[in-house]
Amino acid sequence: MEVGIVSYGAYVPRYRITPQEIGRVWGSDGEMMSKGLQIFSKSVPQSDEDVITISVEAARAMMRRCDVDPMDIGAVYVGSESHPYAVKPSGTIVAEAIGCSTEITMADLEFACKAGTAGMQICMGLVGSGMVKYGVAIGADTSQGAPGDPLEYSASAGGAAYLIGSRDIIAAINHTASFTTDTPDFWRREGQDYPSHGGRFTGEPAYFKHVTAGGKLILKNMGTKPDQYKYAVFHQPNGKFPQRVAKMLGFTDQQIEVGLLTPQIGNTYSGAVPLGLAAVLDVADPGDRIFVVAYGSGAGADGFDISVTENMARYDRSKAPLVRQLVEDKRFLDYATYAKFRGKIRIQEANS
Amino acid sequence: MATARFWRENPSRYNLSASKCGVCGKVFFPPRGVCSTCHRKSIGKMQGLRLSGEGEIYSYSVVHEAPSQYEMLKPYVVAMVRMDEGVMLTSQVIDVDPPEVKIGMRVHTTLRRVGEDGPAGVIYYGYKFAPIK
Amino acid sequence: MREVAIIGIGDTKFGEMWEAGFREIGIQAGLAAVEDAKLAAEEIDALYVGNMSAGRFIEQEHVAALIADYSGLARDHIPATRIEAAGASGGLALRQGYLAVASGMHDIVVVGGAEKMTDVGDVVATEIQASAADQQWEVTFGATFPALHAMIARRHMHQYGTTREQIAQVSVKNHKHGSLNPKAQFQREIDLNTVLKAAPVADPLGMFDCAPFSDGAAAVVLCSMDKARRYTDTPIRIRASAQASDTLALHARSDICTFEATRVAARKAFKQAGLEPKDIQVAEVHDNFTISEILAIEDLGFFPKGEGGKATVEGQTAMGGKVAVNTSGGLKARGDPIGATGVAQVVEIVHQLRGQAGKRQVSGARFGLAQNVGGTGATVVVTILEAA
Repeated sequence: MEVGIVSYGAYVPRYRITPQEIGRVWGSDGEMMSKGLQIFSKSVPQSDEDVITISVEAARAMMRRCDVDPMDIGAVYVGSESHPYAVKPSGTIVAEAIGCSTEITMADLEFACKAGTAGMQICMGLVGSGMVKYGVAIGADTSQGAPGDPLEYSASAGGAAYLIGSRDIIAAINHTASFTTDTPDFWRREGQDYPSHGGRFTGEPAYFKHVTAGGKLILKNMGTKPDQYKYAVFHQPNGKFPQRVAKMLGFTDQQIEVGLLTPQIGNTYSGAVPLGLAAVLDVADPGDRIFVVAYGSGAGADGFDISVTENMARYDRSKAPLVRQLVEDKRFLDYATYAKFRGKIRIQEANS
Repeated sequence: MATARFWRENPSRYNLSASKCGVCGKVFFPPRGVCSTCHRKSIGKMQGLRLSGEGEIYSYSVVHEAPSQYEMLKPYVVAMVRMDEGVMLTSQVIDVDPPEVKIGMRVHTTLRRVGEDGPAGVIYYGYKFAPIK
Repeated sequence: MREVAIIGIGDTKFGEMWEAGFREIGIQAGLAAVEDAKLAAEEIDALYVGNMSAGRFIEQEHVAALIADYSGLARDHIPATRIEAAGASGGLALRQGYLAVASGMHDIVVVGGAEKMTDVGDVVATEIQASAADQQWEVTFGATFPALHAMIARRHMHQYGTTREQIAQVSVKNHKHGSLNPKAQFQREIDLNTVLKAAPVADPLGMFDCAPFSDGAAAVVLCSMDKARRYTDTPIRIRASAQASDTLALHARSDICTFEATRVAARKAFKQAGLEPKDIQVAEVHDNFTISEILAIEDLGFFPKGEGGKATVEGQTAMGGKVAVNTSGGLKARGDPIGATGVAQVVEIVHQLRGQAGKRQVSGARFGLAQNVGGTGATVVVTILEAA
């Protein structure tokens, strides 16, 4: 049975802050950080937004673009590292908000930045085995970096939703494979507000090792070469890593350009590859082949080989905002307002 | 712990679940079991429907003195919106600068956090309005 | 139904009364009213108490029993009833007392209204005040009680061209009146600029467009008209008493620039009284927000719809104008202890009709009207009084 993407939707909050503004407050050279990371602004959620509201926006956009009956959805997975609850799933609220029936299987996922793509793989299995007709996989985050920490320059918010099914698919997922090891490059302990990381350990033994291994696995299993793909989407913790890993695997800057959003909106963690892929699908034509490798710290890489089908010509993207439109709809904030939105300023509960 | 009181209204707060009188067609939000115009004649004839979420601003205000759960959002815009189905709802208007808000502005609903039962309590989600671009 | 008269009145000063608790405030007004009527306790047949939210303000429900107890009336085991309709609690308590005497069930009743709002902080007081609106579908979504009135103001400005200055003038006028009232919470005159430049609460309304939180109580003694002159030389006849309801949520109305409940109650009251708006010399209306007075003077029929603002800046509602509105200072300057307000309005009208309003006296006052509102107009009580 052919399994793939039936519809997709995206959401990015409209507020932004620049590395220069962050650096100004912490006495760092924000301009230099910006150039070093190749990040020029990052998205900031309002205080009434969270992974659940972002997931609902993306999932509703996904449903508006197709005419699938939400009652036919059999599974919902929300992957994030900033679920609003530590215990109580985000996905049940999303499922009700898009009109699913009570006959669904649902669980929240966590695997750092690749929880969204992990959800896609699970849905592929459920659909491919005939267990469900349609599955929804969402990757969304509102991650935070500790104030003054380098991560603060990149950690941002956003998400995308994918409807996985076997009929009327607009992009077939020809193959998926993952490369997983126990590598503690970036983590957050229960009860801690902000994550910790291993500094430069997050590079070569973590991101690059896993993304290249995952990428090579896809190329080997499919017997393909990089130049056979029109687009490539890699996990993008900053603007530089995906450019480097693309070269390491033999992909060009042009191939990764459309799916590289971090320079404008920062690293949306579990939303990063799902949003990058959505940006590609916004412009892809039937016959286009897409190479995807997501990365999650801890660590693992999920690879996908995707082919856009003839059905894409009939797919009406205009029913929901394109990723480009979401990226362009922006308002810049100063650090104080950003800190207020992100709850970095502690407010004591008024008791009188 | 107001958990159940909010939970039982989820269909209306998440999905704008409303009702329509089968006799005169008047739409009610939140849903009602009896029409205020047709009274007894409407019992058993009220139909469920979901509002489309689109409407126009009937009046609005920029709130500067906010209740404790909205301290972080002030000043925020609150508006009464006449939905396309005829019924009127009250909620905040987001993703807009206060000077841009006008009576007659077209808006649509979007899901946002509308409150929580304290930092350890349940989070309430519901509709807020955003301008239709 | 027989005629009912007011034979005694009493009230406390309104304001922040740190030294006095709810019990002290409640009985102070009642005792003053009973004293004014020269009544003996045994002559009182029943007690009616208007109070919005003692349960949340001071964690005490069952307040009619409390007041009966502390005023010594529980000794005689008289029936004591608490009435609640948010801001209209006092006016509604008066109506219940009136119905009891008019029906012949009781001969003499005491009606009081009391609220102790300052035993909680402002944040909590604001939340309690908001429970007069639709908690689930207005307040939960961020519409504060001032914001609801601000939306009325904005719509009134949009539909009728009413200006910010016209709305603000209500506060200037009421502060002027309040400066003549020794029992008022605020006795200082203010100018228009003060109102316009005040800290914003919910745009376009600012701090000086909103009545304060207050502690206070007011009480009246009602008696059948045929026995009234045994107790007083200046009985005041209740010429009409009317009440109307409307949807709880403001958004369920078809037009928010009118309180339909005020129009219906006023129509019924004027019909019962055999009078017209032009017959009224003095009126106390519910100005918990400046815009509310503008709506009130239009909906009661004193001025055409949409012209309330113009009438106010022209001085037509000030002392010496077409109808003197809120000579007490209104809720804005006199103060607004929620459950007491409706009764305090009637106390002021009685002062006027007895010719005992001192510096605030409106000459030739023969008919007076009190309009008391709950929430954003979901309950309205209109009472018309006459110097007998």
